[in-house]
Amino acid sequence: MTSALKAYAVRLLPQAAALAVILVMVSLAFPGFFRLEMQNGRLYGSLVDILNRGAPVALLAIGMTVVIATKGIDLSVGAVMAICGAVAAACITSGHGLATTLLITLATGILCGLWNGILVAVLDIQPIIATLVLMVAGRGIAQLVTEGAILTFNDPGLIFIGSGALLGLPMPVVIWLAFGIAVALLVRRTALGMLIEALGVNRRAATLSGVSTGVLLIAAYMLSGLCAAIAGIIAAADIRGADANNAGLWLELDAILAVVVGGTSLLGGRFSIAASLIGALIIQSINTGILLSGFPPEFNLIIKAAIIVMILIIQSPRAQSAFAFLSRPRAEDGKTEQEAK
Amino acid sequence: MQPDSSHVLSATGIDKIFPGARALNRVDFSLHRGEVHALLGENGAGKSTLVKCLTGAYARDGGRIVLDGADIDPQSTLEAQNLGIGTVYQEVNLLANLTVAENLFLGRQPRRFGLVSARKMNRRAKALLAEYDLDIDVTAGLAAYSVAVQQVVAIARAVDLSGKVLILDEPTASLDAHEVAMLFRIVRRLRERGLGIVFITHFLEQVYEISDRITVLRNGGLVGTRATADLPRRELIAMMLGRELVQEVAGGHGARGEAGDVRFRFRGFGRKGHIQPFDLDICAGEVVGIAGLLGSGRTETAEILFGAERADSGTAQADGRALDLSSPRAAIREKFGFCPEDRKVDGIVGDLSVRENIALALQARRGWARPISRGEQDQLADRYIKALDIRTSDREKPIRLLSGGNQQKAILARWLATNPDFLILDEPTRGIDVGAHAEIIRLIESLCEKGMSLIVISSELEELVAYSSRVIVLRDRAHVAELTGSAVTTDGIVEAIAASAGRVEA
Amino acid sequence: MNQRYLPLAATIAIFLIAYAVCIAQYPNMLSTRVMGNLLTDNAFLGIAAVGMTFVILSGGIDLSIGAVIAFTGVFLAVLLQSTAIHPLAAFVLALVITTAFGALMGAIIHHLEMPPFIVTLAGMFLARGMAFVLTIDSIPIRHPFYATLKSLYYTLPGGGRITLIGGLMLLVFAAGILVAHRTRFGANVYALGGGAATAQLMGVPTGRTTILIYALSGFLAGLSGIVFSLYTSAGYSLATVGVELDAIAAVVIGGTLLTGGSGFVAGTLVGILIQGLIQTYITFDGSLSSWWTKILIGALLFAFILLQKGLIQFTGRRRRHA
Repeated sequence: MTSALKAYAVRLLPQAAALAVILVMVSLAFPGFFRLEMQNGRLYGSLVDILNRGAPVALLAIGMTVVIATKGIDLSVGAVMAICGAVAAACITSGHGLATTLLITLATGILCGLWNGILVAVLDIQPIIATLVLMVAGRGIAQLVTEGAILTFNDPGLIFIGSGALLGLPMPVVIWLAFGIAVALLVRRTALGMLIEALGVNRRAATLSGVSTGVLLIAAYMLSGLCAAIAGIIAAADIRGADANNAGLWLELDAILAVVVGGTSLLGGRFSIAASLIGALIIQSINTGILLSGFPPEFNLIIKAAIIVMILIIQSPRAQSAFAFLSRPRAEDGKTEQEAK
Repeated sequence: MQPDSSHVLSATGIDKIFPGARALNRVDFSLHRGEVHALLGENGAGKSTLVKCLTGAYARDGGRIVLDGADIDPQSTLEAQNLGIGTVYQEVNLLANLTVAENLFLGRQPRRFGLVSARKMNRRAKALLAEYDLDIDVTAGLAAYSVAVQQVVAIARAVDLSGKVLILDEPTASLDAHEVAMLFRIVRRLRERGLGIVFITHFLEQVYEISDRITVLRNGGLVGTRATADLPRRELIAMMLGRELVQEVAGGHGARGEAGDVRFRFRGFGRKGHIQPFDLDICAGEVVGIAGLLGSGRTETAEILFGAERADSGTAQADGRALDLSSPRAAIREKFGFCPEDRKVDGIVGDLSVRENIALALQARRGWARPISRGEQDQLADRYIKALDIRTSDREKPIRLLSGGNQQKAILARWLATNPDFLILDEPTRGIDVGAHAEIIRLIESLCEKGMSLIVISSELEELVAYSSRVIVLRDRAHVAELTGSAVTTDGIVEAIAASAGRVEA
Repeated sequence: MNQRYLPLAATIAIFLIAYAVCIAQYPNMLSTRVMGNLLTDNAFLGIAAVGMTFVILSGGIDLSIGAVIAFTGVFLAVLLQSTAIHPLAAFVLALVITTAFGALMGAIIHHLEMPPFIVTLAGMFLARGMAFVLTIDSIPIRHPFYATLKSLYYTLPGGGRITLIGGLMLLVFAAGILVAHRTRFGANVYALGGGAATAQLMGVPTGRTTILIYALSGFLAGLSGIVFSLYTSAGYSLATVGVELDAIAAVVIGGTLLTGGSGFVAGTLVGILIQGLIQTYITFDGSLSSWWTKILIGALLFAFILLQKGLIQFTGRRRRHA
């Protein structure tokens, strides 16, 4: 067990180190960065802010990790966020209760995931193409629901999800932490993780070994849809309204980046939800850090691009083989592979 | 060694060192003009490495390569091609999305006023293929043609580009007998034209049919080069194995004809377009062999038995109880197992560890909610690594890093772990070295003794004869004959395969 | 008929049928004026989509083009506002920058073996970021040369106008078709889309081709940016967000396989026209809301994906039983 724990720590080390470096750099430019304050039973501070602002991407990254592990990708999550935000707003303003609203919204997200999953698993369409359909049409559907306007609401229950606090932490933080841990436990304490990895590496071999690859694939996209629904509710609750045009805009890209920065390969297989969550925090820390450090916000995207490129270059196959060249035992593996061929 | 003028290519003292291992140790190899030279050896003997050094895919660490009297040092396959050394691989290395003509002239399309002239290109492609007796529509996509035609196009391209040396790396592996014959006609014609041809294959019959000389490598070293006519088959095998003499054909199977009651009963089992309905009975502790040419419906038979393709007619029973074989998952629930032919594509899950690969089918059968604990997985893996002698430094090693034979044993372990009643093995010994080969045959026999029912598909007839109590012969996607008892001989199988379609089932 | 042409034929048929339906409902839509506007309004998208077609044919994707178009517009606006440089010189400068930018992305994709999706995503952030750094305001372009360029058009019988930018798009498509089908580079693009490793073995200079493809896409995105700045007479860093999606949709609706290796530049033109037609129809109708455009394009995308899927399965089955 200790060796498994050690392997886990080693797996998360690069991401954790990158996050630490970024946080330290921000704190150098903004001295009060690590300060936390307790007010009215609620924590305040830049770190809490990062956790809170990062909630949508973190949530999306959970589902995206699983989808990418199956050798897929889900481009539609941003659009699904918009749809679900719109559905939530429409439900609550038309007089449904909070529970009904949440249920309908989550079901909508899962339904969107089901659509993607069927295209990928049953119709056997490439994931990037299959989810493109909903990415393109999704915002139109969301606008259809809101009829083109920004639907505002003032249901205290729904608003609480966006800006309330539980155990001293903002609700969105509680939600993504709890959901992340729940999903991570679900895949690792059961055999799901291994079966998903097998499916991602070699779908046909997994099928022939008796793995229900079709069901698993659909489930992965449904999970991604569910994550997008939760993120959509949080985003809508945060601004107390559904903005079909801007809710979740380009967040699918941030979520994919979070997963890639988290070290899960876009080619599927081995995955780590914890690493993706750290990846999401890295991205949010960059965003928040740039603001706090007093850089003009115009530089935000450039710095983000530069940092991402750096992290990606370090993870690129070429750089990896350069590292491998420096360490002997890996080189031996490389040889065996060639021999096996 | 002084380069001889009759040699189109001569390599002397070729060394290739990989970190931690010497892949080639001072290997000499020479190729005459107008000869077919077979390059043989077990997996890992260094055939591929030598070819890669000759074609510039690898940089050699020592030695000299002389082509047409001039020293060469190709840095890439492209450079080697331009120098005159062309290579055609088993998996046709052409582009299925381009037309035949585009494939032939990619990178050197005839141009007019700087623009590619499709008309000229198609005309020249047609003329080029006519030299190979191939009259096809060159403007159609390559994907529209069979592997054999694609292979010929690949050869035409390689010869047209290089024209001195042609290296054929396992070109016949996925061709049927007619196609092999067509390919050999072309190879002979190229030989007459004075090309030096290097031929790599696993099929010894083909070596004797086509080659003039044979070079054998073993463990990265040269064992010898001999004229094919002066090298008896047994001696060749001994050279390859490094053992004095290996029983090429094992003795008959002891249990033949002694099997007990019928355990699995298939009636009218088939699927349109895949395999015609067939009847099949298998007893406990029996090995039924399946023989037939490629495309005769061997793999299709395995696939519908295992539910990888759903049968659309017929019934399946075990001990009188109806079986659900609608999917691999259902078949596994009925205690079926299936080692597929294409290990890399259908078998291994490359990035996962040996442990996970072994536990996969058992885990899938138990369902995701009942995980096999890490401790149990470790035990399971260790048990089979030991029992099947899977050579790996560590059970956590990704399985793709293992050699073919060890991968095959790990896949077998995956199924043995599920404790199956019925095991289907599709070409279990293909592409693995002779040592592992023998072990797998022994394993098949011991499983059979334990009361398992096995179906083994193999194109190695001696092997089939050795362990099968019955052999089913397939032709044109139908079961056409069943040989039992003393009728199970290689000659009998060959005769049944060759018999005209009019003959009635035995 | 060679079945490779089937998706293209389907695209053209859909366009003709859709146009016929439109005309049946609004006879006014059958005019050279509408057609001329269709070309002018979609000129920038069409030009960028030609570059996207090459990228997708090679099996890649370029997410940066919307950002590059916006950057070019802002770059031109700022340059023309703060210096006395002639717009033509500014155009050349912009094209050099965007081409180099594309080439750089291609080089990273090839040499670092990173997925195009991620590299061009970073490129998208970078280009958009550069536009923000130049200015976050919308800057009008009031150079007299712009007015001259905008006044250039060819009048069609019936009063329709082929404007400079509409004509330029047609020219770019013509050039794109020539490059794709009549040059070795074009064949190499298809080869790359058929399989990079095999293409390499067959002697395709994969590195050079990859870099050229993304450079071409960058160049055309830059050209598209120039056209867009002519069209709007302004530069705004938040403009053309999501244009890459429209371009990808046009390419797929135009019959190009998103996995690469198969398709036609000409199809992309029809794909652009179909998208434009939907928008024109909604404008003519007046009561339909704009979001139907997105939903319809999504539905069309889905239909084409299904069509191609069916085609591939059909050929696959035919070969298996050959």
